[in-house]
Amino acid sequence: MRRVVVTGIGTVNALAQDAPGTFAAFAEGRCGIGPLGFRDADRLTIRIGAEVRDWRAEDRFAAKDLPLLDRATQYALVAGAEAVAMAGLPDGIGARGGVILGTAAGGIQTWEDSYRAVFAEARNRVSPLVIPRLMHNAPASHLSIRHGLMGPVLAVSSACASANHAMALAFQQIRTGAADVMLTGGAEAMLCFGGVKAWEGLRVLAPDACRPFSLGRKGMVIGDGAGVLVFEAEDHARARGARVLAEVAGVGMTADAGDIVAPGVEGAVRAMRLALEDAGLSPADVGYVNAHGTGTLANDRAESAAILSVFGQAPPPVSSTKSMHGHAIGATGALEAMACLMALTRGLLPPTLGFQAADPECPLDIVPDTARPARVEAVLSNAFAFGGLNAVLAFRRV
Amino acid sequence: MMRAQIEAAVIDILARQLLLSPSEIAPDADVEALGLDSLGKAEAIFALEERFDIAVPFNANEPDRPEFDFTSVASIVRGVEELIARKAG
Repeated sequence: MRRVVVTGIGTVNALAQDAPGTFAAFAEGRCGIGPLGFRDADRLTIRIGAEVRDWRAEDRFAAKDLPLLDRATQYALVAGAEAVAMAGLPDGIGARGGVILGTAAGGIQTWEDSYRAVFAEARNRVSPLVIPRLMHNAPASHLSIRHGLMGPVLAVSSACASANHAMALAFQQIRTGAADVMLTGGAEAMLCFGGVKAWEGLRVLAPDACRPFSLGRKGMVIGDGAGVLVFEAEDHARARGARVLAEVAGVGMTADAGDIVAPGVEGAVRAMRLALEDAGLSPADVGYVNAHGTGTLANDRAESAAILSVFGQAPPPVSSTKSMHGHAIGATGALEAMACLMALTRGLLPPTLGFQAADPECPLDIVPDTARPARVEAVLSNAFAFGGLNAVLAFRRV
Repeated sequence: MMRAQIEAAVIDILARQLLLSPSEIAPDADVEALGLDSLGKAEAIFALEERFDIAVPFNANEPDRPEFDFTSVASIVRGVEELIARKAG
């Protein structure tokens, strides 16, 4: 089987609108969460989120293209252009390249706008571009068109694990020889009135801050953004002299087959173990775990128990960068993969912000408040989604 | 609204969630003992808000420090009474 490496990354998120800015924010322990600024936010109970601020789509895209692009697609295209440029991908990859992107809500803002027009404003028609704009595969398809990638192109939707599942499948395309290059990750733009209103009903959103694993945590904070990574066959990357950031070493995918929202411990344990086994790693090789770490009572307790079960009583440092970029739902795994790449390439573990006091139910070293230097050989990135769907990625230093 | 009316409405909402007959839920019943899970609780709170036109301050992540006590039928009734009074005041 072919080895798979990362040769480029790009992102748009609440911390920055590129990868270097995002790394800087991780290193500084900067928080991207703030007051929500979109239409009708004053009618919400929860009024904070990790929004992409000062987003000027009209400066990024031609006026003729914009009507086709929901914000999720806009973020994906900008992140994808950055990743492709960093990788220095040659033209003509064609059928040997593909795109697999995660998204949970797709073009939810487009749904909202068109429903507002027909229901609230009693209009009798909407733009003819609503369907191509809102479809879940729009971000993946636009990336395929923009970069001429004509092999496997599709969207993956598994709620909060969408980006991890997308990257797992992209990895497998290359490993098994179906493609040489894959753009992968996720895109999400759920911070709109209807999106947050829907989340409010579950009573799991924090009104103040995201404090993963800390006593006093009040839940999750939603974020927007996209992360796109260039996955490439190692032989292909070496042959063209590409700079390799890290190896995608293995993946583990499991389902709890239990509750539709409550997380299970056993499914998370199996996913981490499968990823380690797939990567040929032992638990002792892992120097950092990027947690799912949503900041809810239920996730953080279950995930702590799962990590202790896999790693024993002295697990490696664990942090949740959702405390900075928010829970970007179907894109979050891609943002967290970038945090993992920073740990591997810069020797710096991104912190967990918002720590107040240790929760006895979460006895982990969570790297509170400030980034920590550490030489790391391998890392895990966890995603445990609603629906009981788990996907864990293992990355290794090269 | 009379306490008895509120109590009957609370019991009716819980009964629908739990697929029980209202007569199977005592006025002093413990909600967890009745078997209501976290999603059922979120749905019941939504139903209370719709039924009484109130906003119930409840966060699933703070069970130890609830602004709204959801432990028993009696505590829910007291909480609803208070929210209705606050709205009127």
